Amino acid sequence: MRASTPVISARNVWKLFGPSPERYLKSLSAIRSFDEIRADGYIAGVKDVSIRVDRGEMLVIMGLSGSGKSTLVRCFSRLHSITGGTIEVDGQDIMKLSERDLIELRRNKMGMVFQSFGLLPHRTVLENVAFPLEMRGQDCPERRERALEVIKLVGLDGREDYFPRELSGGQQQRVGIARSLAIEPDIWFLDEPFSALDPLIRREMQDEFLRLQEMLGKTIVFITHDFDEALRLADRIVIMRDGSVEQCDSPDQIVMKPATEYVAKFTEDIDKARVVHANVLTKPVNGHVLEGAPINGGSTIHELARVLVNDNRILLPVANDKGVVTGVLERNAALNVLLGAE
Amino acid sequence: MAALSTELQEITDKLWGRSRLLIALLIMAFALILAKAIGVLPEWLNRIPEAAIPPTAQVLDAIFNFIQNELGIIYVTRFIAEGPLEFLLDTSGNLLEGKRRWPYLGPIPWSAIAVVAVVVGYALGGWRLAALGGGTFIWTAVIGQWKMAMQTMSVIVVSAPLAFLMGLTLGVAAWKYRWFERMMKPILSVLQTLPFFTYLLPAVIFFKVGPTAGAVATITFAIPPMILMTTLGLKKVSPEVIEAGHMSGCTRWQMLSHVYVPAARTEILVGVNQVIMLCLAMVVLTAFIGMPGLGAKLLAMMGSFKLGRSFEIGVTIVLLAVMLDRMSKAWVVKQPVHFERGTPWWKRHQVSLIALVLFIGFTLLSQVFPILAEVGRKQHLSQGKEIDVVIKSFLAIDAIKGTTEWLRWFLNVKVLIPFRNTLLAIPTPAFILLVVSFSYWVGGRRPGIYAAVFFTVVAFSGWWDRSVITLYTVISAVALAAIIGIPLGVVAARSSRWSKSILLACDTAQTFPSFIYLIPAIMLFGVNDVAVVFSILIFAAVPLIRYTIIGLSSVPPEMTEAADMSGSTRRQKLMSVQFPLALPTMAVGFNQAIMFSFFMVIIAAFIGTQDLGQELQRTLAGTELGKNFVLGLNVSLMALTFDMAISSWAEQRKKRLGLD
Ligand SMILES: Nc1ncnc2c1ncn2[C@@H]1O[C@H](COP(=O)(O)OP(=O)(O)O)[C@@H](O)[C@H]1O
Ligand SMILES: [Mg+2]
Repeated sequence: MRASTPVISARNVWKLFGPSPERYLKSLSAIRSFDEIRADGYIAGVKDVSIRVDRGEMLVIMGLSGSGKSTLVRCFSRLHSITGGTIEVDGQDIMKLSERDLIELRRNKMGMVFQSFGLLPHRTVLENVAFPLEMRGQDCPERRERALEVIKLVGLDGREDYFPRELSGGQQQRVGIARSLAIEPDIWFLDEPFSALDPLIRREMQDEFLRLQEMLGKTIVFITHDFDEALRLADRIVIMRDGSVEQCDSPDQIVMKPATEYVAKFTEDIDKARVVHANVLTKPVNGHVLEGAPINGGSTIHELARVLVNDNRILLPVANDKGVVTGVLERNAALNVLLGAE
Repeated sequence: MAALSTELQEITDKLWGRSRLLIALLIMAFALILAKAIGVLPEWLNRIPEAAIPPTAQVLDAIFNFIQNELGIIYVTRFIAEGPLEFLLDTSGNLLEGKRRWPYLGPIPWSAIAVVAVVVGYALGGWRLAALGGGTFIWTAVIGQWKMAMQTMSVIVVSAPLAFLMGLTLGVAAWKYRWFERMMKPILSVLQTLPFFTYLLPAVIFFKVGPTAGAVATITFAIPPMILMTTLGLKKVSPEVIEAGHMSGCTRWQMLSHVYVPAARTEILVGVNQVIMLCLAMVVLTAFIGMPGLGAKLLAMMGSFKLGRSFEIGVTIVLLAVMLDRMSKAWVVKQPVHFERGTPWWKRHQVSLIALVLFIGFTLLSQVFPILAEVGRKQHLSQGKEIDVVIKSFLAIDAIKGTTEWLRWFLNVKVLIPFRNTLLAIPTPAFILLVVSFSYWVGGRRPGIYAAVFFTVVAFSGWWDRSVITLYTVISAVALAAIIGIPLGVVAARSSRWSKSILLACDTAQTFPSFIYLIPAIMLFGVNDVAVVFSILIFAAVPLIRYTIIGLSSVPPEMTEAADMSGSTRRQKLMSVQFPLALPTMAVGFNQAIMFSFFMVIIAAFIGTQDLGQELQRTLAGTELGKNFVLGLNVSLMALTFDMAISSWAEQRKKRLGLD
């Protein structure tokens, strides 16, 4: 999957807030820290970030509030114009797009969901969902039909004529999701979509979201500051701090091999056994003698806990989905992860 | 505690630095006054000599003339006046009061309008508003003032939408272009303090005497708040809604029309409410250029001291004002509600349908029963003469008469005249120095500088004495209003039930057109100086009471509780906790009181004053645009001086207290 052209590819992207950011960025010769930049009167929303988002993957951006997550995503959709670097969407430099082309891009390829929903208060659910279609000039019966379809998809059928004010938070966010899906976007941005919701509803919405993702298989950039949420959803996780990327890796790698002190601290309290998959700890067979039934490499250590504790082999064979043995797992290493002794 | 004391230190340091300059200014002023008192002050330092006064009015006249005739603007304006504007006014005039113009359909029967008002009122706010709407129109018809009221309404129904559209457009422009906003800001503050008479004369000259001029002046006066509310609303649209619009692929125009304006609905509708209320207040005042309607009748009745009829017209105007205000405010808070699926179309449009059916029904009925179309001369229930007798005999009761006469004597002889003479005796430069000291002391450097510039301009306008008299009236009225209003507010703020009902009363009183306040003043004191001060006093007391209550009741409860726990008495609590915290808010009320007074003092000219208003009113009869403008600007500059000083104080204070 990695081999195909990335959907979004960002190279050395900068976004500075301040009086004349372009000039200031040009004047920067040596690397300056976030605090030094702030002392100069600028805020580094995004600081020298290079990232690629591959087709069909779910990239989760994580970080504390104010770390630049929203800013980065707004650069991807050009809600912010970047100060330096390049961003390509489907191989097209979006900073070079004309206003017309940009509008076309958003009308046909991008959808976005917002933390506090961003619904238009004077429009009904149906009209909100049909809004992007209306903007691109689709005629009334057609957009109505499509809107009803998406409303049904997010489970809001029967509420088409309600106004946002008349709905609960969770329902409002369903409207936001439906609206962003109405144009069948290729790229789907979600900026902390569930943060404003109660924990119970949040869980329900995450399940719902996973169901949608499985069904639709879109390229997704998902922002959250909740690690559990990130681990539940992500193919890859980007950890940001003060505008720059600390690490960009799969959940297992982030947990097992944190790139920096900061990431290590960040992942400290995580129950690693629930995150790490057997695959990650697997070593090549290298002529070891293997005996007994193999375990599934796609399971987390937590899922394998019973086997690991009860078995008495030193080395366990690991197989992929098709039952082909791919390597061996040292039982001790796995038990260390399970007991948090690592 | 330590932070507080260093802050106190800072404040005293600042004050000390400030007070040295202040003392210097005051010493200069008193030196001048003393010099005059012992007779050594040269005359040119007492008043600016005639010779030194620039011929501003003549220059302005020349400029206006140039614009009017050489540039041919007058043809454009006259074309607008005689073309589209007159057409609209004729149409509304025909429909409402039966003017013989196209479409020759009117007048619409009063009963038909009243039922529509009932339905609209019900839809907006239930039975209470329905009763208010119907009641207002029934009263107006039955009391025999239908035609006058409709003359007034026919101008409003044209002016208000036009003012709304222009204000909206300019507001959008001010929001979109920073330079435009920066340019508009000072213009708007001058426009909002310029006396209404200053709008009237140019309107008459450029737009023809009659309803067109009235409409133009009204529209111009009503636009500024619409601009401000529009800009405010657009700025407040939540960033996520804006981003959602962009991500939905809106073009710029779609963003404005589909996202920004609908999302700013509340502020825009508040603007609509203000436009309607200002239009009503101003249309009434166009009586001064001879526009027929409620205002003209009220003016005539008050002029001939017919108190009963004045009272009845006053009631009509108040009812109209309250109805328009409540209905438009109900519209602001009314949120759309969905219909269940499968609701038939007639149910969705129930309200409009009922209104339409009733309207047609009553129009037809009125063909059969003419009284439903028009209440004739002999049929109305006006009790003008009887009320007149009642009021006059009430006022003639010895105790009442004694009280009012004593008050009149006391205020005139002991307070007003001595105060006026003192102010007039102060040499011009000393007066300016005193005002500058006040502004500097209250607001700081900028307001001080503006005060110096503004009052110097006033001094060189050639209308110094009249300006001082205007100022004297304003100061006396506001001072008296404060003496009455602030204690009242303090007492009311003690109980939440009282503050609620007094606030409601104040809000209602603020919707009355200023003209109304003249009625009780004339009733009690007749036509003289005291009546002028009294009418301004009640007009100005309203915001004072209102903001005192708001200020005191918005003091955070934990602070008053802290004071209670420290064992302070009620008085100590009021003095050391509540007042300091409420003062910035109260200052807003004080400022409003001063602005209202400047507005009212000019209107009150018709009772007979000797100030700028009197001269202004005289210009209305002629074509002296230059003079009119200079007079108006004097009022505006004096008002702005106080506005700047007090608002700047309130702002600094709020910042320091961390309120907002
Ligand atoms: N429009 C803006 N102007 C100035 N500073 C901004 C703007 N938007 C964001 N910032 C700053 O950029 C930094 C990153 O913000 P944001 O991307 O919203 O963080 P996050 O979404 O991770 O909470 C913050 O310090 C914020 O104050
Ligand atoms: Mg954010």
